[in-house]
Amino acid sequence: MARIELNEVVHSYLPKPKSESDYALKRIHNVWDDGGACALLGPSGCGKTTLLNIVSGLLTPSRGRVLYDGKDVTELPPEKRNIAQVFQFPVLYDTMSVFNNLAFPLRNRGLSEIKVKERVLEVAEILDLTPFLNKRAEGLAADAKQKISLGRGLVRSDVAAILFDEPLTVIDPQMKWYLRQKLKDIHEEFKLTFIYVTHDQVEALTFADQVAVMFEGEIVQIGSPQDLFENPEHRFVGYFIGSPGMNFLECTIEGNEARVDGAGIVLDEETAAKGRKASGKLELGIRPMYLEVHARSGDGMVKARVKGVEDLGSYRIVALMLEGQTLKARLPEDKPVPEGEVWLAFPPQWTKLFADGRLIS
Amino acid sequence: MSLVLENITKKVGRETHLYNINLEFETGSRNVLLGHTLAGKTSLLRLMAGLDRPTSGRVLVSGEDVTGKSVRKRSVAMVYQQFINYPSLTVYKNIASPLKIARVKKGEIDRRVRRTAEMLHIEEMLDRLPAELSGGQQQRVAIARALIGDAELLLLDEPLVNLDYKLREELRVELHDIFEERKAIVVYTTTEPTEALMLGGNIAVIDEGRVLQTGLTPEVYHNPATTKVAEVCSDPPINFLKGTIKGGAVRMGWNIEMPLEHHMKSLMDGDYMFGVRSNHLSLSRNDKEDVEIPAKVELAEINGSETFIHADYDGLRLVVQENGVRLVRIGAEITIYVSPSSFFVYDEAGALVASPSREAVEGKLT
Repeated sequence: MARIELNEVVHSYLPKPKSESDYALKRIHNVWDDGGACALLGPSGCGKTTLLNIVSGLLTPSRGRVLYDGKDVTELPPEKRNIAQVFQFPVLYDTMSVFNNLAFPLRNRGLSEIKVKERVLEVAEILDLTPFLNKRAEGLAADAKQKISLGRGLVRSDVAAILFDEPLTVIDPQMKWYLRQKLKDIHEEFKLTFIYVTHDQVEALTFADQVAVMFEGEIVQIGSPQDLFENPEHRFVGYFIGSPGMNFLECTIEGNEARVDGAGIVLDEETAAKGRKASGKLELGIRPMYLEVHARSGDGMVKARVKGVEDLGSYRIVALMLEGQTLKARLPEDKPVPEGEVWLAFPPQWTKLFADGRLIS
Repeated sequence: MSLVLENITKKVGRETHLYNINLEFETGSRNVLLGHTLAGKTSLLRLMAGLDRPTSGRVLVSGEDVTGKSVRKRSVAMVYQQFINYPSLTVYKNIASPLKIARVKKGEIDRRVRRTAEMLHIEEMLDRLPAELSGGQQQRVAIARALIGDAELLLLDEPLVNLDYKLREELRVELHDIFEERKAIVVYTTTEPTEALMLGGNIAVIDEGRVLQTGLTPEVYHNPATTKVAEVCSDPPINFLKGTIKGGAVRMGWNIEMPLEHHMKSLMDGDYMFGVRSNHLSLSRNDKEDVEIPAKVELAEINGSETFIHADYDGLRLVVQENGVRLVRIGAEITIYVSPSSFFVYDEAGALVASPSREAVEGKLT
């Protein structure tokens, strides 16, 4: 088991990188605690697989160090790092039985057959693989195969961390929830460091205690699922987490208000004070779920016009025009739908301010 | 133009893929075929396109029987799940290809390629090859090629399934707007009820080769005619509880009781199935008449805007949808609250006998 530290890691696939855009990873400085369930979340091309390959040792970074429990492993290949990996597609010995697949890493290390059997049976039981132990791996469904991949990591008592790269890609939707639950159970039981790379919000947020959101070669925020939703520190996090993403409105600050052209939106005092001092492009951000739509005017509300309403079954998305800018509100199914002219309330605790895409705090 | 499928049956070997399908589509209509994987959606699209022939039944276009007519002689464009483009042609040439085959003049081709590319936000990529684009962009190219020819029949087979959810979210909105402006018949297949609702228009719910229900999409969503339709039209899965109505009261599960009120008042005594969607189950009490269900948490799935709590009630898995991120410990004992007014009621044969009233929802905002 290990605490994994990335120290000023920078990587470019080009021999002589010139501009910032030549870097797949710009500057990663980060620690994953021993026994944590961590996710790396981001769209394709954000650098998350590059980062995972640096953690596993498949790739040596251009600059910076990788430490496992304080020990520098930057130059060590994967097999010397005591990690196990689960990839997108199951990697197994197809012609071997499930038992022999699970036993393989142990036999490689010269464990006695008694110990091998004991450990394999124990892990198979946890993964619900016991009934398949004598079956050949090739005939099994994708979810069983992914469990075997995971099992081969779990059987080893010396494993420092298990790395997952989009492990549920080939799993049927109906089986996904079961595997998500299994992974959480296993993490709870083994207390291993799990690092889980995915572009899928549900997978990252369901699995991890700490999610690192990556965007254009940078980690823009590390936080709990709740932090990411309720307090996004970067415009991209606001957009990427939640459906629909956060609303952003260009604004200026006057006193305690964010001015969106003619409309004044009251901010909490602290946010306004920081906003007055901030430089760069200022934007107000609010999640569609927190934006209130009223038919009548009230204290601090601003006037807007309803452009359209989409009924999505369990909720509705109302598209609104405010001073020439579009924003969305998300209303629960059982709330009546507004029409024409409406009044918007921006609850101050959910109204955030961003300067050049970063949360002012 | 109109498209009519008349008593269509499709057998492949000894297996029947489609059973006696009857559907009608009008010009300018948006139509969604909603069903699980392998329900028969793609088989149906291929018959409409003329890529396959039905075993029996007829396909009529504006009254004319085209059952045996080749796809080349029909005005149809199709988009597939996989991003299919000509790998050696630039994006420009990919999009232009249907017009080139139709011998449209160069200037006209250029105008339309640029307009269509703009509509799908790929106007900056016209000189690139498909392989140089992301998955989302490649699918936009395939969609652009399908849109450019003004085909009378536009078929899309789960076009967004292989894309990231953010891209899906954006493209859904764009496609909805694009379809609204088309004169064509648009037929769109999906496994996701939310996607069906977002596209709006008409829906046909398909399961195991049969059409189970047709109608306006929101109508069907809010009044699923059978337990099977309710299942196909709900994601996360709808919660079902077996129950009995007797002497003015409802008894469900092993310990849930509620008075026979609201939309259920006129139901006769007997055995029923009670269905309630996850967004109507809650971890907090919203009303004094809410019913309590004791359960144990199995998993909390978080997508950002919502948390889906899977919980066990007497061997049954219930799903509760909460807004925002809710942290719930696996194994925790919880109480689920539900209003008696939010149950769909089905008879023993699985047919809908009562739907929740929509009056409160459809009223004006005050």
